[in-house]
Amino acid sequence: MRKSTFGPWLTVIIGSAYFLIPLLATFEFSLRLKRDEYSFEAYRIVLADSRFQQSFFYSVTLALATIVVSVLLVVPTAYWVQLKLPRVRPLVEFITLLPLVIPAIVLVFGYLRLYNSSSIIPLTGSTLGTDLLLTFGYVSLALPYMFRAVDTGLRAINIRTLTEAAESLGASRSTILFKIIFPNIRASVLSGAFLTFAIVIGEFTLASLLNRPAFGPYLQNIGANRAYEPAALAIIAFGITWACMGLMQLFGGQRQSTSR
Amino acid sequence: MAFVDLQNLTKSFGSQVVVHDFSLAIERGEFVSFLGPSGCGKTTILRMVAGFEPPTSGQIAIAGQDVTFLAPSKRNVGMVFQAYALFPNLTVADNIAFGMKVAKKPAAEIKSRVEEMLQMIKLPQLADRYPYQLSGGQQQRVALARAIAVKPQVLLLDEPLSALDAKIRVSLREEIRALQRSLGITTIFVTHDQEEALSMSDRIVVMNAGQADQVGTPFEIYNRPTTKFVAAFVGTLNQLNATCEGNGFNIDGQIVAAAGGSNQEHGKAVTLALRPEALSLESSPARSNSLRGTIDEVNFLGSVIRIRVAFGINKVSFDIFNNPNVAPPQRGLPVSLHFSPDDILILAA
Repeated sequence: MRKSTFGPWLTVIIGSAYFLIPLLATFEFSLRLKRDEYSFEAYRIVLADSRFQQSFFYSVTLALATIVVSVLLVVPTAYWVQLKLPRVRPLVEFITLLPLVIPAIVLVFGYLRLYNSSSIIPLTGSTLGTDLLLTFGYVSLALPYMFRAVDTGLRAINIRTLTEAAESLGASRSTILFKIIFPNIRASVLSGAFLTFAIVIGEFTLASLLNRPAFGPYLQNIGANRAYEPAALAIIAFGITWACMGLMQLFGGQRQSTSR
Repeated sequence: MAFVDLQNLTKSFGSQVVVHDFSLAIERGEFVSFLGPSGCGKTTILRMVAGFEPPTSGQIAIAGQDVTFLAPSKRNVGMVFQAYALFPNLTVADNIAFGMKVAKKPAAEIKSRVEEMLQMIKLPQLADRYPYQLSGGQQQRVALARAIAVKPQVLLLDEPLSALDAKIRVSLREEIRALQRSLGITTIFVTHDQEEALSMSDRIVVMNAGQADQVGTPFEIYNRPTTKFVAAFVGTLNQLNATCEGNGFNIDGQIVAAAGGSNQEHGKAVTLALRPEALSLESSPARSNSLRGTIDEVNFLGSVIRIRVAFGINKVSFDIFNNPNVAPPQRGLPVSLHFSPDDILILAA
């Protein structure tokens, strides 16, 4: 007997409606800046706003810095743990999950206590120091996602045998890491990087409490003072996130097609 | 002094001793196989020679240099793995060139050596392919070329044929042996396949529970096994429980003679071994021993027919060629098996 597909379809329709209706409503609302006509005026205003450009550029810069620091921290760690310390893997996994348990607000207050201008390491005493602190904060927030992406990539290749093969050919650890391991987990690293990018672009708490001109606080500021522009910004933010997801799918798909 | 000298190697993982007081001297250009079942310690010894596992005690010397605790990258040994271990991000040519690039050889030298290696493995047309575009046999050839390209002092082969299908395995083992002979490279080959070990090696080390049970040429190992384990593991040797009686042996109430006599005290229980090919249904002056029994099992295998004959508690198997004009013998048929006293092997415990 043929099973009815009504139930699954209904679930899909309800689920899609739950996500798409508010999005479509926001999009529709963002086009109504001009009375009695649809236009992209809100988008034009937002994109022409120098504060948008500055905050977006600032957040993109910090996102890239976060990605570089995360990759340099996570890839060698995950590689070494899998290769030499498989027993401590549960502990490392637990540590990387902590940012999901500890709220960002707790993290930033901890930072402010530890690194304020009268502390031994007065990072918040200068712009550069605060930017560094914000970057490290973002690295912590992105850690669960970056670690999992990299760890999954490493588990998909036989790192022990590849490492031993390279060692027997005279390669040093750094050569193995940069010429063999990194290229073979590129898709995973990129997945982690895009997730990190999406997190940093929308992050509000750390940037706001450290008083840095990031995109998140700008979004909040616009949202508090304007009507149509926040809706346009929300759609732009969604677009950026989806672009990241699309790139993840693209590189993930490439990995599948190149493996046997 | 031997080219590769392994002295009193012991390796423990926690309380488990996987290699126990293992010593072996390998001459330059020799092809030595470590043969044994899974978990016998053969791969662990290979990994200690490669530098991937430090020995718990003992010493490893290559070309007179103590390398016991030298890093793998400094040993100049080439290794071929069961799982190929080609670098997925590099083409065939780049895989072969990897070791030379690491050693910072001039580009022209690398190019010519890669071409030479590709010619050697008969795959010059696949230089620009990636590993995932190659068959298992092609990947293993490339892995072999990559290991040899750096001109290692010793070539280590860790069950390189195990993942390949039967036909490729036979052709590749012949290629490996031919290459090894032409290059004169000292080679240690790990396998659990007795046919591979017998067909390729100058010497075989039969490993059992972390120790070498017997070391010898393939001829010696096959024809003169010294322990029950070697007899059982190499070939399809028939083992018979017997007792010493005068100058011969009592097998299920029948007396057979052994070359040189039993040389054991009367009534002592011993294990004898008989190769299947030593047994015949036809008598001859040379085959002065005979055992009467009944056919217990007949297996038709195509070109040969495998027959099992029971004497009492002891049973032996042997093969006869298939003759299309003669039907195979029936189960339950009484037969006499004939063999020479020289064919009886007395096995140690």
